[in-house]
Amino acid sequence: MSLNVESPVVSTASAPQPLRLIDDTGHAVTDDAGGFTLPDPLTLLGLYRQMVVARRFDVQVTALTRQGRLATYPSALGQEACEIAAVASLDPGDWLFPTYRDSIALLTRGVKPEHILASFRGEWHSGYDQYEHRIAPQATPLATQALHAVGLATASKLKRDSTVALTLLGDGATSEGDAHEAFNFAAVWQAPVVFVVQNNQFAISVPLDKQMRCRTIADKAIGYGMPGFYVDGNDVAAMYAVTSAAVDRARTGGGPTLVEGLTYRIEAHTNSDDPSRYRTAGDVDVWRRRDPIERLETYLVSIGALSDRERAGIRDEAEDLAAATRDCMTLPVQADPLELFDHVYATPRPALAEQRAFLAAELAEHAALAGHTAPPPVSTPSGAPA
Amino acid sequence: MTLQSTAPHVGARPPATLTMAAALNAAIQDSMRDDPTVVLFGEDVGPLGGVFRVTDGLYAEFGETRVSDSPLAESGIVGTAIGMAIYGLRPVVEMQFDAFSYPAFEQIVSHLAKMRNRTRGRISLPIVIRIPYAGDIGGVEHHSDSSEAYWCATPGLTVVSPSNPADAYSMLREAIASDDPVIFMEPKSRYWMKEQLTLPVQTAPMNTAVVLREGTDVTLIAYGPTVKTALATAELAMEEGLSIEVIDLRSLSPFDDETVGASLRKTSRAAVVHEAAQFGGYGAEVAARLTERNFFHLAAPILRITGFDIPYPSPKLEEYFLPTPDRILAALGTWEWS
Repeated sequence: MSLNVESPVVSTASAPQPLRLIDDTGHAVTDDAGGFTLPDPLTLLGLYRQMVVARRFDVQVTALTRQGRLATYPSALGQEACEIAAVASLDPGDWLFPTYRDSIALLTRGVKPEHILASFRGEWHSGYDQYEHRIAPQATPLATQALHAVGLATASKLKRDSTVALTLLGDGATSEGDAHEAFNFAAVWQAPVVFVVQNNQFAISVPLDKQMRCRTIADKAIGYGMPGFYVDGNDVAAMYAVTSAAVDRARTGGGPTLVEGLTYRIEAHTNSDDPSRYRTAGDVDVWRRRDPIERLETYLVSIGALSDRERAGIRDEAEDLAAATRDCMTLPVQADPLELFDHVYATPRPALAEQRAFLAAELAEHAALAGHTAPPPVSTPSGAPA
Repeated sequence: MTLQSTAPHVGARPPATLTMAAALNAAIQDSMRDDPTVVLFGEDVGPLGGVFRVTDGLYAEFGETRVSDSPLAESGIVGTAIGMAIYGLRPVVEMQFDAFSYPAFEQIVSHLAKMRNRTRGRISLPIVIRIPYAGDIGGVEHHSDSSEAYWCATPGLTVVSPSNPADAYSMLREAIASDDPVIFMEPKSRYWMKEQLTLPVQTAPMNTAVVLREGTDVTLIAYGPTVKTALATAELAMEEGLSIEVIDLRSLSPFDDETVGASLRKTSRAAVVHEAAQFGGYGAEVAARLTERNFFHLAAPILRITGFDIPYPSPKLEEYFLPTPDRILAALGTWEWS
């Protein structure tokens, strides 16, 4: 028996058309787009450049992970429009609350590849300066970071600052209780926060229709008393227009907004996932043909805003970044075992000092043994030294 | 009232008889007067002043900007406090009752406790989570839990529990001033305990244990609600010719090995008393670490006198659950005394 019984009571009207400004074929949309207008060509060119560079980084890091150089890497391939539009909507003083899938958002905000990759190389859980970049650590427990964004935005409001917080969420995360609490707190407190939900249609293997029964995630905003927008998440022009408006609205006291970008996770969840068990290559091909970068490229070329020379220049920039990313792998891993004890508490603890001293002595002993010609001790199955 | 406003600094108050609830109230008030970045929110902490009235009058003094009723969602309360702390505020939040803190477990364990470590010390979270805990007040189900072991098992958290009004004031002020997140466990059966105090009072540092009553035969280790029980036991034991030293731990994490170890090496016998269930409880850690460090000073195994390994009982049955002086003395009587 399936729990997903068809209910005669609940009406699941088909989802509306997502808001878009440039269609799948790269043509500007002529019908009404909810009052949103196409960003100017220069802005679009900037977004195009950032998407191309971000994709090259993403592809490079996925390759490094397949080579076993990184522990894991959740790819955002195909989701560049959502990621880049979100970051581009923010002022330098605003805060971003990303998840593990949003490394290209970090890159676009100026975090260096070696600092992004520190966590995926296994050096430390978060490898960049959060205050320098105004980016919270990439959150792994789903939707938890949305509450942090609401809290920071509320603090900004209490201090009468103009700082806005933006958080990136996935479609699966909207099932979590923390997503509900974040939406509700934000609305009740009228926090200057923007929720950008990247609906990439899969929570690892589980499709969205097993997460929820309503038409769109954006519809949920109505229940919280905030505006919600259902946007073509592969149309960077639309994502940028809507997200920028939401950020402006937050900054001027208008409160929170929920933006849903309908997109698709082209890659596997991570390198340890096997998507062939839950979707076909044909499914993926459909979405490859809706590629956010190609679509914008077609449009920019058609209006004469992207020359071959500019395109080559952007490609060179992306290749330089890929090379720099590969070079990161030659950097020594910054993992000092004694640092394990240094940041747990602001107030030093005698018990941790003891454990630190214990590890230091153990390391010194190992080093001394390594200095001898004899091999280091090997444990037998019984645990006694061999 | 804005966060930028500078309020008058705290001056001495006239001597007064204060309950623990009133002392906690004064601690929050004085901290908020001293530091405009301290904000207070939670369920019913605004105009009502909290269900135990610990935040009474603060809404009237500091206004909606700094004292606010939040939506009824504990994960949301702790999660938003974390975001506020990243932005430079010092939130003091309330979990209305011990067992109502569990929806916030993920935010506390996965973020509050770990943020400083995962950011290599860049982000400190100076947040105080006040949790009224433990029983002995005739509370209905889910209103009498002792959940300290969960928090103490989590690296990154500081866990303290005062047993009297003076400590309540002093330790809460120190907790609010601390750059580490503090789980501040208030023994609700002691909220109405009275003491003559001249505020502001400063007692021993928050992370230390104190010897409340000196003795020579047994070290009785207690915290929060069981300190009063331990003192009553010592009084009773005197009639039987047994000299009990009572230690109020005050800080559960970190544990004050120095003070407690010194007492144990003097008496050579120790027992730990708490309301929480025994199995996997805080007393197990106390007994284990004291034994490891002081084995050759021990004349007898360290005892745990605790609640039974059952869910907290309903009001008509809680008297059978809670450790009493008689039960503690009986336990001490099981040792071989030569």
